[in-house]
Amino acid sequence: MSDETPPVEIPSVDITVDGETVAARPGELLIDACERTGTYIPRFCHHSRLEPVGMCRMCLVEVDTGRGPALQPSCMLPCTPGMVVDTESERTRKAQDGVLEFLLVNHPLDCPVCDKGGECPLQDQTMAFGPGESRFVEEKRHFEKPIPVNENVHLDRERCILCDRCTRFAGEVAGDQLIHFMDRGGQTQVNTFPEQPFASYFSGNTVQICPVGALTAAPYRFKARPWDLEEVESTSTLDSVGSRISVQSSRDRVLRFQGVDADAVNWGWLSDKERFVFEAYDHADRLATPMLRGDALGNRAPDGDALVAAPWSEALGVAADALSAAPADRLAVLGGARLTNESQYAWAKLAKGVFGTDHVDAQLGDGLPAEVVLGLPRATIDRACTPGGTIVLLGPDPKEELGALFLRLRHAVVHDGATLVELTPRRTGLSAHAAHSLRVLPGGAADAVSAMFGGGSPAGAAGLSAEALAAAGATIAAAVAEGRPVTVLVGRPSLAEAAGPVVDAALALHDHLPEAAFLSLLRRGNVHGALDMGLAPGLLPGRVTLADASGVSSVWPTVPTDRGHDAIGILEAAAAGEVDVLVLLGADVLADVPDRDLAERALANAGTVVAVDLFGTPTVARADVVLPAAAPTEVDGTFTNLEGRVSVVARKVTAPGTARPDWAIAVELADRLGTDLGFGSVDDVLAELAAVSPIHAGITPEALAASVREGVLVEGRTALARPDRTEVPVNDAYGLRLVADRSMYDVGVLVAHSPSLAGLAPGAVAGFEPSDLSRHGLAEGEVVDLIADRGTVQVAVASDPGVARGTVHLRVNQADVDAGRLIDASAPVTGIRVGRR
Amino acid sequence: MSWFDAARERTARDILARYPKPRSAVIPLLHLAQEQEGWVTPAAMAEIAELTGTTPAEVLGTGSFYEMFKFHPVGTHLVNVCTNVSCQLLGGEELLHHVESTLGVKAGGTTDDGVFTVEDVECVAACTEAPCFTVNYRYFHRADAGTFDEVVADIRAGRSPIERGAAGDAGDLPVHGTLGRVRQQVPDDRRAGVVPPEQVEGAPSWMATMSPAASPSVSPDGADAGEGAS
Repeated sequence: MSDETPPVEIPSVDITVDGETVAARPGELLIDACERTGTYIPRFCHHSRLEPVGMCRMCLVEVDTGRGPALQPSCMLPCTPGMVVDTESERTRKAQDGVLEFLLVNHPLDCPVCDKGGECPLQDQTMAFGPGESRFVEEKRHFEKPIPVNENVHLDRERCILCDRCTRFAGEVAGDQLIHFMDRGGQTQVNTFPEQPFASYFSGNTVQICPVGALTAAPYRFKARPWDLEEVESTSTLDSVGSRISVQSSRDRVLRFQGVDADAVNWGWLSDKERFVFEAYDHADRLATPMLRGDALGNRAPDGDALVAAPWSEALGVAADALSAAPADRLAVLGGARLTNESQYAWAKLAKGVFGTDHVDAQLGDGLPAEVVLGLPRATIDRACTPGGTIVLLGPDPKEELGALFLRLRHAVVHDGATLVELTPRRTGLSAHAAHSLRVLPGGAADAVSAMFGGGSPAGAAGLSAEALAAAGATIAAAVAEGRPVTVLVGRPSLAEAAGPVVDAALALHDHLPEAAFLSLLRRGNVHGALDMGLAPGLLPGRVTLADASGVSSVWPTVPTDRGHDAIGILEAAAAGEVDVLVLLGADVLADVPDRDLAERALANAGTVVAVDLFGTPTVARADVVLPAAAPTEVDGTFTNLEGRVSVVARKVTAPGTARPDWAIAVELADRLGTDLGFGSVDDVLAELAAVSPIHAGITPEALAASVREGVLVEGRTALARPDRTEVPVNDAYGLRLVADRSMYDVGVLVAHSPSLAGLAPGAVAGFEPSDLSRHGLAEGEVVDLIADRGTVQVAVASDPGVARGTVHLRVNQADVDAGRLIDASAPVTGIRVGRR
Repeated sequence: MSWFDAARERTARDILARYPKPRSAVIPLLHLAQEQEGWVTPAAMAEIAELTGTTPAEVLGTGSFYEMFKFHPVGTHLVNVCTNVSCQLLGGEELLHHVESTLGVKAGGTTDDGVFTVEDVECVAACTEAPCFTVNYRYFHRADAGTFDEVVADIRAGRSPIERGAAGDAGDLPVHGTLGRVRQQVPDDRRAGVVPPEQVEGAPSWMATMSPAASPSVSPDGADAGEGAS
């Protein structure tokens, strides 16, 4: 909002369009200038987020640049002073007629059975600008139809008009040029290389931008007609980018998500995971009724080994009894990143203001301390992607975790001259374009940072040469000297490395580069909203600490005074039998807590476990009380993305069974405990939030409605906490360090319940740097034991030149191999020995 | 392990070194791959993609534009019979029928012994010498069934049929895919100064003369790029 630079006076270029003078921007394409000023020129190939290509010729208009009027493609023509344009002249109409007739020569005209019919630019423009009938009586081109180009995208080459949009997207935007024009000439077609599918995380975007029905997405094929769809603009809550989406439904079922072009956020692009995850929300396995422990016959039995359906009143009663019996210090709330801001606020008020406990954490031991995320200067995506800026990546691979952000970053680095410096333990999706891509050993990032800026040993740090580090440092220093913005992307590069070493490195960067701003790469849904709402130990709504309770003290019954445990601390306390009631807000601790053993012990030894969730996950199966919650397509509310941008989440369909919004569950529980939270609607919660949190004072329904597309940026920092530096043990010559990171597709509950995505999880292999492979005498494909202090897993070995020497790479949350068995949450790094079988 | 054999691997590296952008080498490398196997195999395209920093889809997309790159196995001798207007008027169609019945394959097919592939092609730019056919792109002018039978007999007997072809042709008829007897070798010190496109400053030298503020027509670094001698 206010961190944007003030509008610069842009000189304008006056052109004449259909007799009226309009002001174009210098360098602006004629087609864009006309559209911006209210004259729509028909087009197929032109797309504002892709390079112009002039492929379809539909945008021919008559242009006079002083040499007499001539037909020119307006998508390839930058505006020049004095240009006279006629978009409705006789010749223009004739050209449009001719181009459309030409495009339709080989088009099968199978509109009645085509999914695009009704929202098809070719259909619409043929009606608006076309000749109405075809003179072409010869045989059309024939292709096999449709062919799958990957698991989710089908290609009908007969319908294709060769606009080059999908192939340009694949190459320019996603960087996965796996589809291309083949057999150019009379048989030109889009296709993949034989046996090499369009395996891109972003393939669904090609379906959305296809101007005809050539590309269709399997989940939507033959599901609905566009005129039967209702849509509402909302925010993707899958990851913390908060991409804007259009939720489209028919007969109370969501049938697809489409990307919406929010200039500050996702530019209209979505990862396939964001796009197809709606299937999970619509899945028959959704929890639809509360459950309590019972026996196999379905009877209630407090010690039963099954879960049986129960009415809300009974389930809430059991939960309330357990909660009221437990002292505040023995209550804990874990999770909440899936919730909307309003639900998070309601739960924060319930946990901290009614229960009085501060053992509350929305992160599950896989994030960063809230005071660091909220205390470092915050960056926006636009700042990170400033043309000519510098980006330092100290975190996970954005391509695997935050797809839409990856596309923005890739655009900045590849097309806008941004400089990328990577300090990561493994090659990322951006490494090919990085100015300096440094492989840092787990635990070594802070040393690497100080070596970059002239501290530390001349021999280098973290397995890196002093020259490479100095060169990277010099690049950043030069950017600072020239006043170009430096943005650090900070997150957990590996779940087998504690937050401490990453925090140390981030603080070192902050110390060396006080001008640098930080963009958090915490991934899980609305986790930044959770931090802002106080679902973190020591924090209250509005990015303030417990010491600053002035905002909430007047409306909350109580406020905890002592800082509580974080997630790992809560789980350790639960494992030690010190937690009487553990509330899990969409927290699948058995899958999401990096330390599997700790999660198991915590669930086994916690008193009453109350799970509020969408699905019967393995964690939920072990709960005593299960309360079904409404999914993001079923609730109204707001979402806070990784920049702190608040945008609207809109309800489109009804929740299954009796599932309720999380905030309403909090209100009901409070009621049972004799407290009125004071909320009757989402707007009530928002109003209270605005009253207690000064930084949220501007977040009103009116403000959100006025900026529905871009959202409203919430600014404000917590005092920066400086945890003690984490001491990292020295790696011995034979040991390896584990790098355990996430991949786009895993066996997580949402992916597993999205049929389109479930088969895409790559599985786990142990990636070794090739020289480590030979040093340990291992052969690719061989199954070995990876032995850590905590446990052992068996996994096949693979050679991976992208990992740092001295590390083993393993994807977490994959079928068959449970990397969490190796990880000890209390250790800064995870050492691995390799055992031959 | 490279897909190319050892000698061609060296040639491939040499070709790559000629260009400021590796992707510029796609077409020369496709030629090299076709020379090795007689056609461009999927494995070759994967290798070329690797060498040029592109994807196999881009390599196939680029190569499939060109008629003379074959993406399916072809015989060692590719017989192209022209049936375009001039040849057709003077018996091209009849010649094609003769070729098909002699070899026992239809146009587009390859004989079982893998020696001949027959193609029905458009104009091969020898209208004055119609009807015309080519074998591995060597011309046989004013051909009739008898000419073709002699050429086939020569090839089957291991003799070169070249002297039956266009006037002045002599020597061997190399198998399909062969590029040339002499490899182009440009020593490093003889290479014209290649400037990556993004480092080019100013207008090209040939354009300078068109502008009123003409600058001397040399390339920006002052070297005469045409000679390349240093």
